[in-house]
Amino acid sequence: MSRFPELGLILALAAGLQAAPASAGPLGLGRPATPDEIAAWDIDVRPDGVGLPEGRGGVAEGEELYSDNCAVCHGDFGEAVGRWPVLAGGQGTLTADRPIKTIGSYWPYLSTVYDYVHRAMPFGAAQSLSNDEVYAITAYLLYLNDLVDEDFVLSRENFLSVRLPNEPNFKDDDRLQTETFVFDEPCMKDCKPGEPTITMRAAVLDVTPEGDGEGSLE
Amino acid sequence: MSDESRQPKASRRAFLTGSLAAGGALAAVGAARAAGDPAILELPDWTTTLGEGVDANPYGMPSEYEAHVVRRNVPWLTADPVSSVNFTPLHELDGIITPNGLCFERHHGGVAQVDPAQWRLMIHGLVETPLVFTLEDLKRFPRVNKVYFLECAANSGMEWRGAQLNGVQFTHGMIHNVMYTGVPLRTILEECGLKPAGKWMLAEGADAAAMTRSIPIEKALDDCMVAFKMNGEALRPEQGYPARLVVPGWEGNMWVKWLRRLEIGDKPWHHREETSKYTDLLPDGTARRFTWEMDAKSVITSPSPQAPITHGKGRTVITGIAWSGRGTIRRVDVSLDGGRNWLPARLDGPSFDKSIHRFYHEFDWDGRPLYLQSRAIDSTGYVQPTKDALRSVRGVNSIYHNNGIQTWYVNENGEAENVEVS
Repeated sequence: MSRFPELGLILALAAGLQAAPASAGPLGLGRPATPDEIAAWDIDVRPDGVGLPEGRGGVAEGEELYSDNCAVCHGDFGEAVGRWPVLAGGQGTLTADRPIKTIGSYWPYLSTVYDYVHRAMPFGAAQSLSNDEVYAITAYLLYLNDLVDEDFVLSRENFLSVRLPNEPNFKDDDRLQTETFVFDEPCMKDCKPGEPTITMRAAVLDVTPEGDGEGSLE
Repeated sequence: MSDESRQPKASRRAFLTGSLAAGGALAAVGAARAAGDPAILELPDWTTTLGEGVDANPYGMPSEYEAHVVRRNVPWLTADPVSSVNFTPLHELDGIITPNGLCFERHHGGVAQVDPAQWRLMIHGLVETPLVFTLEDLKRFPRVNKVYFLECAANSGMEWRGAQLNGVQFTHGMIHNVMYTGVPLRTILEECGLKPAGKWMLAEGADAAAMTRSIPIEKALDDCMVAFKMNGEALRPEQGYPARLVVPGWEGNMWVKWLRRLEIGDKPWHHREETSKYTDLLPDGTARRFTWEMDAKSVITSPSPQAPITHGKGRTVITGIAWSGRGTIRRVDVSLDGGRNWLPARLDGPSFDKSIHRFYHEFDWDGRPLYLQSRAIDSTGYVQPTKDALRSVRGVNSIYHNNGIQTWYVNENGEAENVEVS
């Protein structure tokens, strides 16, 4: 060991971590998390602003960052490429035959945008953006949804002043209260008149994959 | 070698065919003229030659004749296979357990390949002592073994507007059912000491999506687990190796894979997978959130479009699966006439809480078209509804939680098709 003093130091540090006071729990398993460890992983943000880091970013910076990092999938204006998610527009479509669910039309909380962009975007380079960059992209997404002006700058200080328009339209699960027919006694005999008639066939649409030759559908 | 060995068989087969054509008059004369099934009369290679020894496959695989029993995806459904889904081949399975390699996959940032030596689980927030556990630590807790189904909330989600995909693999294959070995979450949380203000738990994955979901503390303390084995072996990477959250009966998205962190808080986080996704849009423009429980549901897995009746009329076995996120399955009814008349099916195999149940209906098929349906009734008395009943309340844009009754039309030839009937 003495021939490798640095290694000895590293081992001693590692041992120190291992030998930290055992958990106060009944089984004595695990070890206390250090404040730095918690800070390294505790990245979540809530609608009340808890978890937002220091930082700020404006629409102008956001536009450039968005063009470089986001537009390839989400389109220059949040309209989406292919089947990637649409991020902007769609206001007023939630009752339409084909609703367009975007940040502006559907998402209830802006904190979700910040949290998600930081934790999972850009796709394939997660958690690579700085706090200021995430604020800037979030500001630009608000701009794309006509919710702020082009000179808007988003920061931890003014974050809670922005509310998304669809927030009031979410309600907790009420399936069992509103769909009480599921508790009706099931009919066993002569439940419907006449012979069954086919009203729709999957074969007409013909969208079922045929496999890759290795195991095609019969 | 094989050519030589097959040569005499070929000539004998030709002779046999000739003798059969001649009315079998010569068949009784000797062995070479025997009449009957070549599968019996001609010894196959696997009887006359030696097979591979042990260790030919250190990790055993299914027979080469089962190569078609695989997960499949629907390429048009998603933008990229890295954030996509494939489907369990339910039509090829029986019993209640899903083999590990056939459990459907749903990833939001690809399959994380986590080094178990580097895996850590951190628990912090409203706890007395924030703790870090290694995998070795996790395995020093008392373990439990439980069989649970995991169903994606979007299972059957492509069928809201009507019959679309021709195969039970695609209409219902976002489900699997395995035995988990792991530690009750309650035991782990008690090790940290919950503070009374802790009402919610955020579960977070270590993958490139850093998947998060908010779970009420009552559920976390009730029957959730941190699992490290499935069907006796280590979790597969695509199922969250080395450890995942198990949230029995609740939508699969909450069963965070590659689990790295649990934070205790006083409010839900309203993250992307519980606001933008996994909320259920209704016709009036409002949306249900926190629709966690999976409603009672069933489906006939055979016959079905990928598993037609090939034997003609006569004795026929209908089989399928049923499950409920609220308990066990009390009864499954089967209809052969599109819901006009129903018969109780025969449940067989173990009946576990929040697990798949297997049902059968054996009957003599007269060769006339069938309009097959199944209807599950769970231990709370919940009766699986028709698709139209669900649409009457939810419309066709809620994506998730479609547990409506499925219809397979079976024609005179035994071919099956996904249909809707009046």
